[in-house]
Amino acid sequence: MTTQEAPTTTPVLKAKGLVKRYGNVTALNGADFELYPGEILAVIGDNGAGKSTLIKCISGAEVPDSGTIQLEGQEVLFKNPLEARAAGIEAVYQTLAVAPSLDIASNLFLGRERRRGGFAGSVLRMLDVRAMNEHARNRMTDLGIMTIQNMNQPVETLSGGQRQGVAVARAAAFESRVVIMDEPTAALGVKESGKVLDLIRTLRDKGLPIILISHDMPHVFEVADRIHIQRLGRRGAIVTPQSHTMSEAVAIMTGATQVDEHGAHDLP
Amino acid sequence: MDNTQPGATDTIEQPPPPGDDTSRMTTLQRIQHVLHTRATVGPAIVLLLSVIIFSIVADNFVQPSNISLIVQQVMVIGTLAIGQTIIILTAGIDLSVGAIMVLSSMVMAKLAADAGLPGLLALLIGFAVGLVCGLINGLLVTRVKLPPFIVTLGTLNIFFALNLYISQSETVRGRDMPSLLLWTGNAFEVGGARVTYGAILMLLLFALMAFVLKWTMWGRHVYATGDDREAARLSGIRTDRVLLSVYVVAGLIYAIGAWILIGRIASASPQAGITYNLDTITAVVIGGTSLFGGRGKILGTLFGALIVGVFRNGLQLAGIDELWQNFAVGVLVLVAVAIDQWIRRVRT
Repeated sequence: MTTQEAPTTTPVLKAKGLVKRYGNVTALNGADFELYPGEILAVIGDNGAGKSTLIKCISGAEVPDSGTIQLEGQEVLFKNPLEARAAGIEAVYQTLAVAPSLDIASNLFLGRERRRGGFAGSVLRMLDVRAMNEHARNRMTDLGIMTIQNMNQPVETLSGGQRQGVAVARAAAFESRVVIMDEPTAALGVKESGKVLDLIRTLRDKGLPIILISHDMPHVFEVADRIHIQRLGRRGAIVTPQSHTMSEAVAIMTGATQVDEHGAHDLP
Repeated sequence: MDNTQPGATDTIEQPPPPGDDTSRMTTLQRIQHVLHTRATVGPAIVLLLSVIIFSIVADNFVQPSNISLIVQQVMVIGTLAIGQTIIILTAGIDLSVGAIMVLSSMVMAKLAADAGLPGLLALLIGFAVGLVCGLINGLLVTRVKLPPFIVTLGTLNIFFALNLYISQSETVRGRDMPSLLLWTGNAFEVGGARVTYGAILMLLLFALMAFVLKWTMWGRHVYATGDDREAARLSGIRTDRVLLSVYVVAGLIYAIGAWILIGRIASASPQAGITYNLDTITAVVIGGTSLFGGRGKILGTLFGALIVGVFRNGLQLAGIDELWQNFAVGVLVLVAVAIDQWIRRVRT
């Protein structure tokens, strides 16, 4: 049996036997993946292990050559990120996908602005600025980032951590079912990283499952409930911060410790 | 699980945002902050100062007749600069402004004067020409993925050559044209000042564009595309479509500029407005819109165009040689861009 206790409920997101080839290179070679409700699942793996290809398939940025993806038990096929987003899978990108000179509320609603009712909204496509500001304020308060008082403040005047907060709030703001975070702390200092990790926990505690992709082992071990270790194009193992130490996880990741394909391994 | 669970009251501590912290700033930082949040304040102050200075230096400057002359002198550049502004907001640039305008004006004039089309039909076809020119620019930028500078440098020459071909390099006189084409040059009197319909049209276009940029989804997407195109795309904005629409709208505005030009010079000349390319960019830049996209206000462009008009007119009234007028405008541009760079370095 595997050493981690597998949650018994149905996965929010489940992938089975994903294969993705780029010419001669096989990035994914039958990869499986499960994300359960209300958990933070970290995805780690060496460069070339297929970690980012896996995430791209899940978020609609790539279409797998074969294999299936299920969202809450329903089989889905995303042709582009917009379709994945429409289904409730939101991604926060490493590069902080915010428009720096637009304000906080505009950024939260970027690409899905609220429009006014009636003629003004449908024909003139006029914005409902007041509703957007109010919704943005509520959302930021919910997530405990409300020390930012002014929703009309340009995002570029915020610190790196606050900007990441805006990006995360945006991902969590629209009835999302899954939030994918790609290296959310990579560009941040120690203190700011801590705040973003707190924010990730806050989201999890509100019931939103989170996929965290990170190279930073201490961060992964600090917040993750389970850790998916990607290796050679497939899932090498699933461990938890309780069952394994950081160096054991790294050993599985690099292949120093051999594990079988079900995640069971021969560690003492 | 031994994760620390933050409670609902455990808000993330953040340093006070710099925007709300004006008390601890130096005067210079405060100025920087104001200019950063209100892009039109700078141009407005410059316009006000230049009006005050020239009314002291030159006796005739504040005469109603002179004010109306300034407005007439800027109405064509001002109109064209509206189109230039939305393109620069997307981090593009349009060098084919003057060529699109002059081509549209020659099509209008030739169709009406030589082919004998009714004024309205000639006007509408002229608008369509501007729109198609904009569409060509837009398609080259979004489909062929060439930089806007190169695209419009190429189409500048193409459109201008077409203009010479259509016009046979000949001017169409005003008296050969129907009155509708010359309507923009007609004027009414307000307190001793002649106000042309062309100037009114320009102001209406500014108001309309200001409204659209601020209050509609399209306006928001124009800013977002210019600000960070990749971020806008990842947010689900179809940036190619936004860019294409910007070039098409700009082309239409240039054609309206062509109509205003015909009224202003009471004829259609294939050589008119060749220098307008750089003049529109000057107006946009002095108006506080950033050449790097995403930042600026259309109202600033109106101020920018007026500043250039006031400078040229005032220096002329003060008896200063035209070469120094150009010198002064050149200095204005450099100062405006330098200030923009400084504003962008706002502390974070």
